[in-house]
Parts: sequence; structure tokens; C-alpha cells
Amino acid sequence: MKILVCISKTPDTTAKIAFTDNNTKFDTGGVQWIINPYDEWYALVRAIELKEADPSTVIHLITVGAADAEPIIRKALALGGDEAIRVNADNHDSYYIASQIAEVAKQGGYDLIFTGKETIDYNGSSIGGMVSELLDLPYVSLAAKFDLAGTKATITREIEGGEEMNEVELPVVVSCQKGMAEQRIPNMKGIMGARTKPLKVVEPVAVDTLTSVAGFGLPPAKAGVKLVSPDNVEELVRLLHEEAKAI
Amino acid sequence: MPVLIFIDTAEGHVKKSSLEALTYGAKVAEQLGTTAEGVVLGSVTDDLAALGKYGVKKIHHAAADALNHFDAQVFAKVLAQVAEASSAKVIVFSNNLSGKAIAPRLSVRLKAGLVSGAVALPDTSNGFVVKKNVFSGKAFANIAVKTDIKIIALSPNAYQTFAGEGSAEVVAFNATIDAAKIKVTGVSKASGEVPLTEAEVVVSAGRGMKGPEHWGIVEDLAKVLHAATACSRPVADAHWRPHNEHVGQTGFAIAPNLYIAIGISGAIQHLAGVNRSKVIVVINKDPEAPFFKAADYGIVGDAFEVVPKMTEAIKKIKGTA
Repeated sequence: MKILVCISKTPDTTAKIAFTDNNTKFDTGGVQWIINPYDEWYALVRAIELKEADPSTVIHLITVGAADAEPIIRKALALGGDEAIRVNADNHDSYYIASQIAEVAKQGGYDLIFTGKETIDYNGSSIGGMVSELLDLPYVSLAAKFDLAGTKATITREIEGGEEMNEVELPVVVSCQKGMAEQRIPNMKGIMGARTKPLKVVEPVAVDTLTSVAGFGLPPAKAGVKLVSPDNVEELVRLLHEEAKAI
Repeated sequence: MPVLIFIDTAEGHVKKSSLEALTYGAKVAEQLGTTAEGVVLGSVTDDLAALGKYGVKKIHHAAADALNHFDAQVFAKVLAQVAEASSAKVIVFSNNLSGKAIAPRLSVRLKAGLVSGAVALPDTSNGFVVKKNVFSGKAFANIAVKTDIKIIALSPNAYQTFAGEGSAEVVAFNATIDAAKIKVTGVSKASGEVPLTEAEVVVSAGRGMKGPEHWGIVEDLAKVLHAATACSRPVADAHWRPHNEHVGQTGFAIAPNLYIAIGISGAIQHLAGVNRSKVIVVINKDPEAPFFKAADYGIVGDAFEVVPKMTEAIKKIKGTA
């Protein structure tokens, strides 16, 4: 059993969002970087749990990024996983990143590919779907539960207003969200061990990008909260009805 | 070279988010001087011709039973066939749960640039640029699509549905359909409730409610507003409410027209999941709660007094008192 977990480096949730170069680049000054929470808490931790249930399981982590992504991938290795692969490329569009992951996946012979449901920076929710199409594999998106019996996976995915239970033979690509696993904190043994785990750097394959960022912007600031007295709840409802037209 | 819109259905009915996609797609077609066409996979009970009132002229219907279960791999292959047969140059999805699964696959299949989570019509004055939310709603990006075929996945609740007059011609589409590799073994649905990610109004509550036994007033308010209920992360973690109600960074991200937050302080992780809501109302007894900074309307007061009063006042307005 071989699992590939896709890891992305994202700015911390509390990072100040600003742009430079005439609003064409994200301002990374002073930004703390973290493992994209969906990749970490749900995809990676579930993979680690599967390895705990079956120690013969091998977990590889992959990230597409420059050398500055290495602290993040070491941090992921401290949680678990056997080795990591970094595709040495700057950030391009989803199609480019998915193509790099698919290329590594083709050579690795993985039974299972996990991604987080989206990254908290670009909010694309596209990598899993693109990788699955590039590999012509089935894809279960927004999975909240994942169990294995031999080569058969039982997966619960979110649908509008409920859940759907799926069964699929491996290999499969799964995007993971809340419910898959619980957040873990790396322990000292993990942190020490991560330093010596293999981190392989591979060069990207030549792929066209399909989209590019023309520019960024910030939404207009809120006008400020309109406070209503707790003794005049009717006034709030009137405002919502007549002014905001929200009810 | 029409604009092609994927019409997503559940249990035979067209989803609300797809009506938004239809309205949006028709507008894109008008902008490009072409026509809008829809595509429906699987059997439906709704009258498809009636979807013409959202501006589509033609609907391709691949009604095979094999398409009654959603499977991203199978659906993407069929949609690619429809896109090719109709020589569509722009393909529109709702960026709902199905759209998130199929649009990226179709993007690869057609080598067509994808903008997921679009919030506005494309700017075609210089190329083809679509605005989308990034950084969980804290910023937006203008994405230039460089390919001949473009795919837009429209963020739910970002574009107002508009129904005019008209009827669409429904044509059967004979698709080559692969056997699905994914078997659907069951579905569990909370009946009668409004699905959280589709809801126009969401009533959400946090630790300020002091315990799960006090949720009655939250549910009453949600009921008069025909709203979905949601909660903050600590509430879900404490099992006061089910995890599928958790909104925020690590729970669901929602963008309703109205979000009412009761007894939620408004940590940045919570805001990341709800800050795309059009109107935010905060009820909290702590005037220093950070949520007030992100709110449009607020009441500094005791939820246990304010919320029932609100329910009554809304009943009066809706004439259901």
C-alpha cells in the first residue's frame, strides 16, 4: 500500500493580506507559512492513521514549490510519512501544479492519492480533480470519511444537505475535508526523525499554464457596523427588511 | 460557438446554484454575441424546456440511466463530448460540490483554463479575465484565461438568478458512457432541512449559547427565516452540534445573503468561512467581540433575550404571527 499526500505551503490564516508590484504579487513580507490546513489535518493525518493500522503502508509527501517550501515539508514529515518529494518549480497555475504531481505519481505507482479539499490561499479546489483526470483515475471529492478493506475503499463524501457513501477499488484520488481525521501536534521524536527522512528534489516537466493572475485586489472595506439597541430588536428587523433587503 | 452551462440536478430537480449558473452563462453569451445552451445528465422530473426563461436557447439532455449517479470521471467524459459536439468556447459550472469535482477534470480533458469560484462576469475588453475570491474571501484575484476554451465555475450566491420569458429546445444527446468505477452504496440526508452550503440565510451560534439545550431559540429563528443552522468550531468540537454544521476555516465556507451570528466572538478562522456573506448580523453581549468589526448590523446584548424577540419581529413582517 503506497499513499501520496499532496502538501501545499500557504500563508498562516492570520497573515496580513497585501500585494506588491502593482498588485500583481502577494506580499510575502513578514508572512508566517504553514502547511495548508486541509492537507495537514485531514489528508496527511488520515494517511498516517492508515499506516498505523497497517505498518507496511508507505507514505510519500509531494509539494510543488521552490526551496523555501522545505521547512513546511519537514514539518509535515515530523507528523509522519516516510519520504518527501519536492518538485522544484515556482508557483504556476493549478494545471501546471497538477501536471507535476501527476508526473511523479505515474512513476511512483501509488494506490491512493490524497489532497486537501482546497488551499486557503487560492481556494481553487482543483488539484485533486485535475490529477485524477491526468491519471484517468476515479475521484472522490470532499471526503469526510475514508476506510480501507484490502484494495476496496469505502468513502463518505459530502453532498448538498447530506452525505453519500461510495465504494471504489484502488487506485483512487480523494480530496479530504473535515471529518477525515483530527489535528495532531508533532512530537519531539517526530521532529528529530524528520531531519533525516529523505527529501528528494526533482526538476519539473515542461507544461503550459492555462491561466495567469492579471492582478489582485482587496474587497472594499465594510462601512462599519450599525449597532441597534437590544431594547429595539424590531428596528434591527426593520433595517434588515427595508435597508439591507436581506429578509 | 455557444456558451455551455452544466445544469446540476439532485433527485430529478435542478439545483438552485445551477439556476444562477444558467443566468450567468446567458449573460456571458450575450456579452460575447452568441447563444447559451445547457446540458443535463441523467433523468429529471423538472420541465427542462422551462429553463429557457433563464436565457438558454437549447438544452442537451443525456438521459441515460447510467448517468443517474454522479461520478466526476464519467460526467467529465460526457461533458467533453457535448462541448465538442456543440463547439462551445465557454463552459460554465456552479462551483458547488459537483462543479468542484467535474470542472477540474474537464479543464484537463479539454486543456481549457479554469477559473473556480468566479464572482463576476468576465472582462473581455482585453483578453478574458475573470474575478474570483482568494485568501478565503480576504482578497480577490483577476484570472486571465489563456486557452481557446474557457471554463468558469461560478461561486454559489455570487450571481443573482433572473427569470424572464422563453422556452428552450430540448435535444436528446447520445453519449458514449464509461462504466462508473465508483459505486454509490447509500445516501443519508437530513430531511426537511435547508442544506447549509445552498442556504440564502444562515443562523449560526457559538459558545455564548452556554450549552446544546439552549439551541431551541436558534432553531426557532432559523425556522421563520427558512434558514439553515450553523455553528462555530468549539461548539462542534464539544459535540453540542453536529460537525456538518461547523462553518469556518476548517469547516464549511459559506456565502449566504444573510448570516446571523449569535454568541460567536468572530475569531479570524471563523470569519474565513463566512466573510463572503452579503449581510452579517452579530448578536453578542461582549461589545469587544471582534466579530462586530466584520458585521453590517449588530446588537450588543443577551442572546437569550434578543433572539426570541427577533423571531417574533420577523414573524410580524412575514405575516406569520
